Amino acid sequence: MKDYYDVVVVGAGPAGSITAKTAAEKGLSVLLIEKRQEIGDPVRCAEGVSKVWLRKHINPESRWICADVKGSRIFSPDGTMIEMAEEVAGGEVGYVLERKLFDRVLAYESAKAGAQVFVKTRATGLIIEDDFVKGVRLMHWGQEYDVRCKIVIGADGIESKVGRWAGIDTSLKPVNIETCAQFLMSGTGIDQDYCYFYLGNEMAPSGYVWIFPKGGGLANVGIGILGSKSGKKTAFEYLNDFVADKYPDARILEVDVGGVPVSGSIERTTANGLMLVGDAARQSDPITGGGIINAMEAGRIAGEVACNAISEDDVSVERLNEYEEKWRSTIGLEIDNSLVVKNVFINFTDKELDGLAHSLQDVNFSSMSLLDLLYALFKANKKLLWDLRGLFRNVVKNELDFDH
Amino acid sequence: MILVTIKVNKFKCGYCGACVGVCPAGALELVETWIEVDDNCTSCGICAKICPLGAIEVSR
Repeated sequence: MKDYYDVVVVGAGPAGSITAKTAAEKGLSVLLIEKRQEIGDPVRCAEGVSKVWLRKHINPESRWICADVKGSRIFSPDGTMIEMAEEVAGGEVGYVLERKLFDRVLAYESAKAGAQVFVKTRATGLIIEDDFVKGVRLMHWGQEYDVRCKIVIGADGIESKVGRWAGIDTSLKPVNIETCAQFLMSGTGIDQDYCYFYLGNEMAPSGYVWIFPKGGGLANVGIGILGSKSGKKTAFEYLNDFVADKYPDARILEVDVGGVPVSGSIERTTANGLMLVGDAARQSDPITGGGIINAMEAGRIAGEVACNAISEDDVSVERLNEYEEKWRSTIGLEIDNSLVVKNVFINFTDKELDGLAHSLQDVNFSSMSLLDLLYALFKANKKLLWDLRGLFRNVVKNELDFDH
Repeated sequence: MILVTIKVNKFKCGYCGACVGVCPAGALELVETWIEVDDNCTSCGICAKICPLGAIEVSR
C-alpha cells in the first residue's frame, strides 16, 4: 500500500468497484479498500437486476448468473395475480445474480484497470485539513495507516460513515429504510422463469415478499418491511411466518439480512474532496429497493468526474457539483419518481391493494416496466392514485418522444 | 451514573449494518462481524426497532 493515491474508494460493492475501475481506466492512481475479508459476502440482496442496464457495465458471464427471468407475478392480499411478461422474442428481461461472485468480479475488473485492492481493510476516519478531505485513516490487519489522496469516494453502503465524517448527515429515519430478511431455499417449486411478489399488510407491512429464482430448483425468498412498521415483530419473524405457511417442507440453505435505503435522493452527496456513491448516497430505488444498477451508474459518473476534477486540479465541492448534476438528472429522476410511488403505496390498506389488482384483471402487459404497470393502474384508479399524476405527464411525453 | 446503552446479541446479529445506517448519533460501527457501540449512544432505540433479526436490546 502506498501512502498517496489520486483516489481512495471505501467499499468494494458495485458502486465502489465501478468507480475504482472508471477512475483507473482514466489513468488515475486508485486504492480500493473493502473491510470484509471476502468481497461480496455475506450477501444483503435479493440479487435481481435488469439485463439491459447490466450490460452497460459488464458482459454477462454464466458463472455469476443464476437465473434468466422472463416475467413477474404479483399477488395482491386476496391472491389476485397480475402477470407481466416480456413478449418480445428472446427478450428475457432480468437476471438473478450470484452476488458473492459478481461483486468479486467487479473488484477484479477494477484491479485489471490498475486499481490496487485491499481487503480486510477498514476506513476508521478521514484526514480533513482546511475543510478539505485529504485522505483516509485505515485499519489493515490490525495496523493503522494514513493514506492521503485528492478525492475520497464513500461507497460504504447502508452503514456508511464516510459521509458523516465529512459533515453529511446520511442517517436514515425508520420510515426511510426497508428492513429485510431472506432465505435461500430449496423445494419451493416455483417456476424458475418468474419473479414473484406478494403484497399485504399482514404479511409484509409497507413492503413485500419476493421470491426470485436462483437456478437448479433454488430461490431467494425474502421480505422487506418499512422500518417504522418493524419492532414488535421483526422482518425475520415475518419471513418465518410466510415460509411456514407457504413452504412448510422447503429447506433453508442460507440466511441473509440487511437494510435498504428508501429515503429518495438526499440533499448532498459531495463535499470538498469527497463523493458518495450507491447505498452510501442512498441511491437505491425507494419502491423496488433495487440498488445495483443505480450504484454502477453513479460509480461510473463519479469515476469520470474524479478524473475531470483532478485534471483541473480543483476538487472543491463546487467542482464536484458535476457529479451531483449528472446523477440527479439521470438515475435521480427515477429515484424521485419512485419516492412518490412509495409514499402512496405505504398507506394502502389490503382492501385498496386488492381493488387495484382487480382493476388490472383484463389488462395484458407486454413489458415488465414498473412504470407501465403504474400507468395502467392510474388509468383505472385515477381517484385513488391521483398523487401519482405527476409521473405520467412525463411518461406520456416520453412515449410521444419515442414515437418520433 | 446511569448507564445508558444498547446490548447487541452477537449470537443473533447478522452483521448487516442496518442499525448503523439508522443511528442518528453515529454511535454504531460495523467492524467485520460485530457491532461496536461508542459513548455517543443516546439509547434512543431506533436500531433495536429496525434490526431485521431483533438482535438489539435497549437497556436503561
